[in-house]
Amino acid sequence: MGRVNALLLAALIACALGVITSQHRARKLFADLDAEQASARKLGEEWTQLQIEQGTWATHKRVEAVASRQLGMRFAEPDTTVIIDSAGVPAAAAPRRP
Amino acid sequence: MKYEKRTPELRLKLEGWRSRFVLVLALAGFALLVGRAFYLQGMDTSFLQAKGEQRYGRVIELAASRGPVKDRNGHPLAISTPVESIWVSPDDVEADAAKVRALARVLDLDPSELRQKIASKDRQFVYLKRQISPERAARVMAMRIPGVFEQREYRRYYPAGALMAHVVGFTGVDDNGQEGVELAEQERLAGTPGSRRVIRDRKGRIVEDVESVRAPRDGEEVDLAVDERLQYIAHRELKAAVAAHHAKGGSLVILDARTGEILALVNMPDFNPNNRADLTPRQTRNRSVTDLFEPGSTMKPFTIAAALDDGIVKPDTVIDTAPGWMKIGGWPIHDSHPHGLLTVAQVIQKSSNIGTAKIMLREPRERMGTLFRDLGFGVAPRIGFPGAAKGLLRPWTEWRPVEQATIAYGQGISVSLLQLARAYTIFTNEGRLLPLSLLKRDSAPIGRPLVSARTAREVTRMLESVVEPGGTAPLAAVPGYRVAGKTGTALKPENGRYVEGKYVSSFVGFGPVSEPRFIVAVMIDEPEGLRNFGGDVAAPVFAAVMGSALRMLSIPPDAPQTLNVKALERGEVEASAHGAGGPG
Repeated sequence: MGRVNALLLAALIACALGVITSQHRARKLFADLDAEQASARKLGEEWTQLQIEQGTWATHKRVEAVASRQLGMRFAEPDTTVIIDSAGVPAAAAPRRP
Repeated sequence: MKYEKRTPELRLKLEGWRSRFVLVLALAGFALLVGRAFYLQGMDTSFLQAKGEQRYGRVIELAASRGPVKDRNGHPLAISTPVESIWVSPDDVEADAAKVRALARVLDLDPSELRQKIASKDRQFVYLKRQISPERAARVMAMRIPGVFEQREYRRYYPAGALMAHVVGFTGVDDNGQEGVELAEQERLAGTPGSRRVIRDRKGRIVEDVESVRAPRDGEEVDLAVDERLQYIAHRELKAAVAAHHAKGGSLVILDARTGEILALVNMPDFNPNNRADLTPRQTRNRSVTDLFEPGSTMKPFTIAAALDDGIVKPDTVIDTAPGWMKIGGWPIHDSHPHGLLTVAQVIQKSSNIGTAKIMLREPRERMGTLFRDLGFGVAPRIGFPGAAKGLLRPWTEWRPVEQATIAYGQGISVSLLQLARAYTIFTNEGRLLPLSLLKRDSAPIGRPLVSARTAREVTRMLESVVEPGGTAPLAAVPGYRVAGKTGTALKPENGRYVEGKYVSSFVGFGPVSEPRFIVAVMIDEPEGLRNFGGDVAAPVFAAVMGSALRMLSIPPDAPQTLNVKALERGEVEASAHGAGGPG
């Protein structure tokens, strides 16, 4: 009888220690998870800020200003435009011309 | 027994019950403690558990961000980004003069003002500065001043700035929509903050998630029908025109001719939604939706369409408009120039008031009153925009003959630009009126048939002649494309009278005619100078916007022969070179 009791006591202590360790590990993992979630949030916030930044750099007004001033680009005027149809033939048919 | 002799007190004999009484009292005390302990541990467990949880448990608020607003191509138009607000609990602040000065420097506040805020001892919560960048807030918190706290908030940014100001609107400091889509779609955009209960360890780290009290729900994304590129074109051209004519204001609307989606909506003056320090109602007013004006001749196509549809006239029916004025019920009405005999098509092309009035008077009042209401005049458009105006259209039962005549050419009726643009969908959509949409549509709506497809085609042909040589708006022509439209010029009524010299100049048109894609409606309020007829002021804006929009979306020209002849010649040269080098 005494032996069984001793055995059970040892098992009990082992289980108790096991519970403690696993609880500790669970908490540690949870802290990690929490940190990861926090960094995910932070990255999400950074993403919104980058979107705003991109939006600011890519405003049409700025793009147009850069294109025309820095790059010297301009719109294709009607007299420098040739319309061709899908077969590669100018869509502006000659007979319509005076 | 020497003691007893010396200390007579010891000789006193205590009675036995007294010690037993004390023992019983002590035991009773223990019993009480044991009982209480048993009660707390075994029976009423929640009390101690709650006390314990107070020491390690916390309920954390989880902020939810407001949903973004995007244009039809997914470009962000309104987006929330986290900011921090710095607040103090004045009772708990411990800071010497040097620290206060340092804090004031970081927060960009006046030190004396800051001291005053900290000194307001009767309050528990005082904002020092709201909505600063997370980096700046981190610098404040790094000073570790007791009693100074930060609070996370979301701030709305509008990357497109003034361009989209009237469409998107803005939110207040509490993140609730106040104007535009932000207000109209408040329920979808707003997130619901959540909370959860957690266990913290000694260092304040969260070690266990006990329960999620309420999951946070971020606001939904709202996809607008607006195309940022078209909006930009519209904004640029309208701004230039309003400045060039020293006009009081102006509006421009682009609709998708096939779906009724609002592709662009611009008003002048505008404002920057990111900096609303000195904003006036004049700037924030969404004129194209809330402001009414007399449409003038832009109404004529509807009158003519009704008459064609009912078989009262044909496009080549001749109307006598001489001598350029007439009296109806004692009231004179007149044309800007006398025209003499005109066909119905020419009535539109030359924009004759007399001709339109005469055609109108052949129609029963009820027919016209019902048609105008069906076209959406006098009814607030259901697009969810705050303050969408109904417009003024008196019930047909009260019309006098002269009123019926003037309504035919757009006087005595007032509409918003958006209503007017929408009514033109009957010409681009085979006689069916489309419902408007501020939000992106997945499929084209069917629309409500109001006139026959044939009538729509006939009126379109007439409207096309308006922009051809001999029409009232040759300046609205777009090289390479067939476009159609109608000018409008109306005196502005002020205190019930028309004021000479104060005009509203408008143009509504669509293109390409062979397969309409856009309806562009332009309204310029009080342009200065002599050239204040719709054909001179609003039509060039239409042409510039329509031309750029068609090119921007690579819509093939349906009238390439109207492109410059020089290009044709070069084109032929290139084509023959291509033909020689190619296999065919």
